[in-house]
Amino acid sequence: MITRFFMAVRKNALLPFLSFVFAFFIGGIIIVLSDPVIMGQLSSPGKFLTSAGSRIGNSYLAIFQGSIYDVNLARESGFFRGFYPLSETLVTAVPLLFAGLAVALAFRSGLFNIGAQGQFIFGAIGASYVGFAYELPPLIHVPLVLIVGIVLGGLFGGFVGLLKAKTGAHEVIVTIMLNYIASLFVLWLLKTQAFLRAERQDPISPEVNSSAQLPKIFGGDLRLHFGIFIALATTWFVWWLLTRSTIGFKFRAVGANSNAARTAGISVPFVTTATMFISGGLAGLGGAVHLIGTEYSLTAGIAGSIGFDAITVALLGQATPIGTLLGALLFGALQTGSRTLLSNTGTPSEIVQVIQALIVLFIATPMLLKRVFRLKNTVESKALTAKGWNG
Amino acid sequence: MPLELRGVSKSFGNLIANDQINLKVGKGEIHAILGENGAGKSTLMNIVYGLLQPDSGEILVDDQIVKIFEPSDAIKHGIGMVHQHFMLIPVFTVAENIALGREKSKFGIMSLAEIKVKIKKLSDEFKFDIDPDAIIEDLPVGVQQRVEIVKALMYDAKVLILDEPTAVLTPQETDELLNVMKVLKSKGTSIIFITHKLREVKEVADKITIIRLGKVVGTQLPTASQEELASLMVGRQVDLAPNKTAFSPGSNVLEINKLNIFNDAGRKVVNNLSLNIRAGEIVAIAGVQGNGQSELARALLNLEKHSSGSIKLDGQEIQGFTVRDSLRAGIAYIPESRELDGLISTFSITENLILDVHDLEPVASRGQLNRAYIENNATTLVKEFDVRTQSIEDNSSSLSGGNKQKVVLARELSREVKLVVAAQPTRGLDVGSIEFVYEKLLAERANKKAILLISSELDEVMELADRIAVIYKGEIVGVVDSDVSREKLGLMMAGIK
Repeated sequence: MITRFFMAVRKNALLPFLSFVFAFFIGGIIIVLSDPVIMGQLSSPGKFLTSAGSRIGNSYLAIFQGSIYDVNLARESGFFRGFYPLSETLVTAVPLLFAGLAVALAFRSGLFNIGAQGQFIFGAIGASYVGFAYELPPLIHVPLVLIVGIVLGGLFGGFVGLLKAKTGAHEVIVTIMLNYIASLFVLWLLKTQAFLRAERQDPISPEVNSSAQLPKIFGGDLRLHFGIFIALATTWFVWWLLTRSTIGFKFRAVGANSNAARTAGISVPFVTTATMFISGGLAGLGGAVHLIGTEYSLTAGIAGSIGFDAITVALLGQATPIGTLLGALLFGALQTGSRTLLSNTGTPSEIVQVIQALIVLFIATPMLLKRVFRLKNTVESKALTAKGWNG
Repeated sequence: MPLELRGVSKSFGNLIANDQINLKVGKGEIHAILGENGAGKSTLMNIVYGLLQPDSGEILVDDQIVKIFEPSDAIKHGIGMVHQHFMLIPVFTVAENIALGREKSKFGIMSLAEIKVKIKKLSDEFKFDIDPDAIIEDLPVGVQQRVEIVKALMYDAKVLILDEPTAVLTPQETDELLNVMKVLKSKGTSIIFITHKLREVKEVADKITIIRLGKVVGTQLPTASQEELASLMVGRQVDLAPNKTAFSPGSNVLEINKLNIFNDAGRKVVNNLSLNIRAGEIVAIAGVQGNGQSELARALLNLEKHSSGSIKLDGQEIQGFTVRDSLRAGIAYIPESRELDGLISTFSITENLILDVHDLEPVASRGQLNRAYIENNATTLVKEFDVRTQSIEDNSSSLSGGNKQKVVLARELSREVKLVVAAQPTRGLDVGSIEFVYEKLLAERANKKAILLISSELDEVMELADRIAVIYKGEIVGVVDSDVSREKLGLMMAGIK
């Protein structure tokens, strides 16, 4: 039993882990290459190696300090305050996790949901409006906001599934288009009377009422809010759905072999529509939680690049809920850690994006890593990415 | 000796595909190589033809040791091969296909005249009856195969390898091929004939080498009995004639009335087909592949999108049902392709065993899978159907063909059903698994189930069926009893009443 568990962990986690390590290795080389001062020392190898080594070490240490625990901050204002970066990491990871779960779930049904971005935006729109337009007791208001987020995101995603089921329209194309529609829709919405903020000229909505806000866990300037518990519960829910429920069984069956699933009496159009609805609902819930937990007001950039990073997060997590959780934490940490990178070490913060891109590259080309590390018997996510295109 | 192999071995990882194989093929000899799927026949022939390199061993042509690194070397040494799947371009003519790769041209314009003359000459000499100007796709499969043989002979092949050549042929075409082989033999060509069909071997072979698990387990003469050959092939006593209980059919279970099926392109593939099957009866649909029988099987489950007519199961009209409701109405379905339609290769055996009942009590309750029950179910079924696996949690892709089919049978036959639709249930299976499938189907017959058997194996059809309906171009040519002669059946399969 225990060996089986470890076998499974090795099978699923080894490739992402090695991608991660390898990306940091290459990232280190790029840090050095991109610094003209260090490269100028090439004529004296000893000096070059020391400064290159210390630059790489310092940069990664800075990412760690900026994302997990800040020793300097702790020295100034107490042990507990040192966890400020960790709180920021978790705040960043929460919306990534929701959107990542949305993408992962769709993957398992053989669908490539590129539209988490749009669904996330619609969830946020709904949350924002219900949040500022109504005044209700918190115990009703917060769940209501979340449900509206789920429903709006779900409809926005489910529409794609319905189109695919009825007409065969490819979900990748449709979701890409709907992402544009969502981004432009929110821009227009922010100029309408309903979303206008009284004293402001720029496109920003009113803040949601305090009854609709997710409370902070620790208070003070630690922004970590109760959304993290919703995110963890959702991760559990997706795990349960995929592995324990009959509907998840249908999803996985269609994702793995739609012919056999159909022959066994599973309705592929139903699965397509239901998957996209639930997937969209997860992203929409992410948008709602992000809005009432962190942002409070709707802006054009509410989703940032969350919906797109989510694809990477889901890939990194091999489309499993636990993997996606770890992937979201990692990306949350990287993005948070990059904020102070330039000021602390002189290394451009864009290096984090390079590392993220490298991780994707290595995960998407498993043959490369397999050659380098001579691996056998690991799950390839290439199959995951390729599946979405089979239409 | 035109061809001799000495101690040829080849392994793939831990699997030994060929183990010290010795083989001597005499001039003008038809040498049959008999073995089950996966016995190593194809590996051996691929080595001879240069598609694979042996780990050790020697190949001798005309008593000289030769090295064959690629097919062109084999051709140079007078070895030709006709593959199971033809290597022809459908829209080209016979002459163009044969010229392919060594076209002669004058001022950049291809000249086929010389090759046409040569084809004509060979065709007359061996009584092939081939028109060099015919387009390949217009020709029947049997003629296409002869084109492949001509292609090999054009290179002056002295040894011809035929890889499962009868798998794609009608009984008539098979007989024609066997005749062609005899003519080739009389002209001094040696033939290596790879097959697992005992009847054909006994008819034409001069010598039979039997391979099991990569080893030569015996060399026999065609006078050996079918049972002897089969036992050598499988490695244990084989019962080729399964025990059938007395035939006592009940009332009609399946009534098909005026069924029409159209394919996606709108072409009619099954035309006004009517058929009934009674309880405790096996009705076989015999026919050459591609005559609408696959679509018929799928239509019974409402898997075909465009069909009309009436399908009644125990008096209940099920035409137009969803696939799910058709299954629930009481149909067990053994699909033609177990890999594609029967199983999900990345799912465990446990999961594959509940594929079509995963949301029914007691497998699931209130939307949640009942894991204890599912595991129990798998343990029981794996035992009952003798599925050879290390663990019920292994993916179904880890199973051999025979064991995959057992999983499908276990799932479908463990449900409460009235009708069993078995489409090509023994395709690609070894003799042991075939025996098992027969046993299970006959047990269902004894249990008063109606069984629709779709098969292109004549022996199977005649062995199992109570009645045989012959299908040709989407229509039933006639329904006959199972004691019909092979010749009559063969003619009907070719559309002649």
